[in-house]
Amino acid sequence: MDITDFYDTFFEEAEELLADMERHLLELDVDEPDSEQLNAIFRAAHSIKGGAGTFGFDVLQKTTHLFENLLDHARNGELALRRDIVDTFLETKDMLNDQLGAYRNGDEPDQEAFERICQALQKLALEEIGKGLEAAGGEVPSAAAKPQQPAEPTQPQQPAAVASEASSTADNGSGRRRVALLNVGEKDRDLLVEELGQLGEVIEHHGDEARYEVVMESTVSDDDIEAVMCFIIDADQLEIGAADGPAAAKAGEAAPADDEAAPEASAGQEAATPAASAEKQTADKAAAQSPTSAKPQSGGKPKAADKPKAKAKGGSESTSIRVSVDKVDQIINLVGELIITQSMLDQTVSELEGPANGNLVNGMSLLQRNARDLQESVMSIRMIPMDFVFSRFPRVVRETAGKLGKEIELVTEGAATELDKSLTERIIDPLTHLVRNSLDHGIEPPELREAAGKPRTGKLTLSAKHQGGNIIIEVIDDGAGLNRDKLLDKARESGLNVSDTMSDDEVWQLIFAPGFSTAKEVTDVSGRGVGMDVVKRNIQGMGGNVQIMSRPGEGTTIRIVLPLTLAILDGMSIKVGSEMFILPLSAVLESLQPAKEDLYAMAGDDVVLKVRDEYLPVVAVHEALDVADARTELTETIAVIVQGEGRRYALLVDDLVGQQQVVVKNLETNYRKVPGVSAATILGDGSVALILDITGLHRLSRQKKEARRPRRADRSLESVTDNEMETSS
Amino acid sequence: MNQTTDAAMATAEAQNSEFLVFSLGDEEYAIDILKVQEIRGYENVTRIANTPDFIKGVTNLRGVIVPIVDLRIKFHLDKVEYGGQTVVIVVNVEDRIVGIVVDGVSDVMTLSPDQIKPAPEFGVTLSSDFLSGLGSLDDRMLVIVDIDKLLTSDEMALVEKVAE
Repeated sequence: MDITDFYDTFFEEAEELLADMERHLLELDVDEPDSEQLNAIFRAAHSIKGGAGTFGFDVLQKTTHLFENLLDHARNGELALRRDIVDTFLETKDMLNDQLGAYRNGDEPDQEAFERICQALQKLALEEIGKGLEAAGGEVPSAAAKPQQPAEPTQPQQPAAVASEASSTADNGSGRRRVALLNVGEKDRDLLVEELGQLGEVIEHHGDEARYEVVMESTVSDDDIEAVMCFIIDADQLEIGAADGPAAAKAGEAAPADDEAAPEASAGQEAATPAASAEKQTADKAAAQSPTSAKPQSGGKPKAADKPKAKAKGGSESTSIRVSVDKVDQIINLVGELIITQSMLDQTVSELEGPANGNLVNGMSLLQRNARDLQESVMSIRMIPMDFVFSRFPRVVRETAGKLGKEIELVTEGAATELDKSLTERIIDPLTHLVRNSLDHGIEPPELREAAGKPRTGKLTLSAKHQGGNIIIEVIDDGAGLNRDKLLDKARESGLNVSDTMSDDEVWQLIFAPGFSTAKEVTDVSGRGVGMDVVKRNIQGMGGNVQIMSRPGEGTTIRIVLPLTLAILDGMSIKVGSEMFILPLSAVLESLQPAKEDLYAMAGDDVVLKVRDEYLPVVAVHEALDVADARTELTETIAVIVQGEGRRYALLVDDLVGQQQVVVKNLETNYRKVPGVSAATILGDGSVALILDITGLHRLSRQKKEARRPRRADRSLESVTDNEMETSS
Repeated sequence: MNQTTDAAMATAEAQNSEFLVFSLGDEEYAIDILKVQEIRGYENVTRIANTPDFIKGVTNLRGVIVPIVDLRIKFHLDKVEYGGQTVVIVVNVEDRIVGIVVDGVSDVMTLSPDQIKPAPEFGVTLSSDFLSGLGSLDDRMLVIVDIDKLLTSDEMALVEKVAE
């Protein structure tokens, strides 16, 4: 196997590590940094460094090395964190991401950027390190007396890394260790041995493929060795222990001479040298802290202690697996087919009668239940929590707020709400836009807020929740709210058709008009007037819609309503003539039989239906879709009241057949977009039914009426393509 | 050694191509057999409104929605009937799957380059752009259709134009 085969694994792991790092950096409280978080950030940088070294990604390795050193000082309290330092760290993290991207594409990373970030980091190291220590020294007099300090002179060759190594000494104990590689091929083995050489001094290595032992002198912690090795092999292929096990004794090693391995033997020596006793203290302390680091002391059976640990690690890793989306989609398709086959069988069985078929009917209902469960489970594979989306907003908010000079608190709610993966990916851009907009236009500057009697710090809430078959994502700010008059003025200026009698809702929707911006000046955050219309289009493209609620002085809520998944739709099947169509159930409000007195003709062709004091445009499906054998007498049809893009229509159909879940199949895969139709599905009998697009249908029926008007006699509309219809309207 | 035989075979293959021969009315047409995915009967086609008449609709091909084009209507044949004998050739063009309705499938033929004559400029119905040539086999003449070009052409309205 070639080492490049492991690149992808490394890239993916590194990406996750960087994402973790960013999350921790953002959560970090600069005044009282949580040592756990600092450690986590350090570990992430360290693991990436290890991997980068293994694969020969020099630039990445060097950058992470510098970064790691700084982080190490930070976690030892030698570097007092400040906001701008965290910013530099975040920048470094972005840099690392870029470098990873470059390596992934087979390029060399940008050398200039690399040098710039290195300088920034080195400058930080020169200027800041020590300050923290002084401060810490003042507060905690014992800091200088900490066990790692005496250990420092023992590794003079790497001053920057000293603290790191010393501290890992504190964590895990240092010295000679035995790293056993289980079932590792020769090629990988050589690589691993070489890699171990970089972590410490390899004293000897021997063994066969099943078990290959490396004895090494290293100050790096077990966890770090494992982290580096695990880029190439699995955790359960690795055993790390002190080089003092029974095997070592059998092999006639000098292990008993190792002072740490045999505490009794070395007791005398320790008493003799203060430095060593300091180390012993360190080790003791470590031993008291965690059972795993007690291994070097326990002398007799380090391997026994090691094994369960390795197993536990392997266990937690196998709780998730990486699978390509294609495979998941294939399973989803197949399950969709299974459901269709099952419905077909169901139909056949339901036509059978007689007691002899009782078992068959029972079996069928069981099959139906199992198939539905299977479908649900499979669909849930694609679902990922909204946290995936929300987690990138602390960064966006922090940066945008910094640029605008505003104080913003970000609150997220319902991060565990699950959404189809394809949708989460597509919602990020529109949502980022909305958040930026809220920060820029919504929330006022601190002074204005104070003047208005509100807290200085603005609050931006991102929330997600399920409601029926939809997910509702809201961006809520407690800012000034939308200004009706300003919007109307601006709309007039931009030449939009508005009137003072428009409802608030309609006025709010103006901000989605192309080229519309109320910002006084264009900033780099927002205000160019492109964007909101794109946001709306994107969300509609996902089958969702955007609503705005706003109160002057109290803030604005932008609500995005999205279907949970694009692959399955709750549909209502309707019949027009002999043809079956599906309406998205989410669009259907009610259905009724239109009475003659509620139907009003308008300007000749148009008909409106009065439903509870509301006049709805009537769309005859058979007209829009040229169904020949449909009922044409309006009062004999059924009016389905539907909602599309905020408007309501009355669709005239012949019959309502029933509700069913349908698997959405794209028409464009092999064909093209069809006006009035959003997609297709396969019915229980194996035939194809079209899923209707409500606004498209309305448009279509209007175009037909207009096309028909000049020459009513000639009703042929055989070759109406998109283009022709557009020119005729 | 191996390489030369491979190369020789490759040239032979490039020279002789196999075609699926189908009939539309009294005429015989041929398409590259490598484009053909399968041949099936005409059944269960769902009409799509507001499309040209030669697009019969879409059908379910094992879970995939496939459009069906009736070449008989496209080529203005007099007799267009659907029955148990009506055949749909399912072809793969540019990553799309399309079914074409024809009167019948007769043969698979191997034609060498010298059996393929360039197509003359002709008719209005079938532009010579969509032909790769005319094949002559004894006293038969096969119209060799470039099915890729034909099905992705604007006039078939099967494929969305890039601008849209």
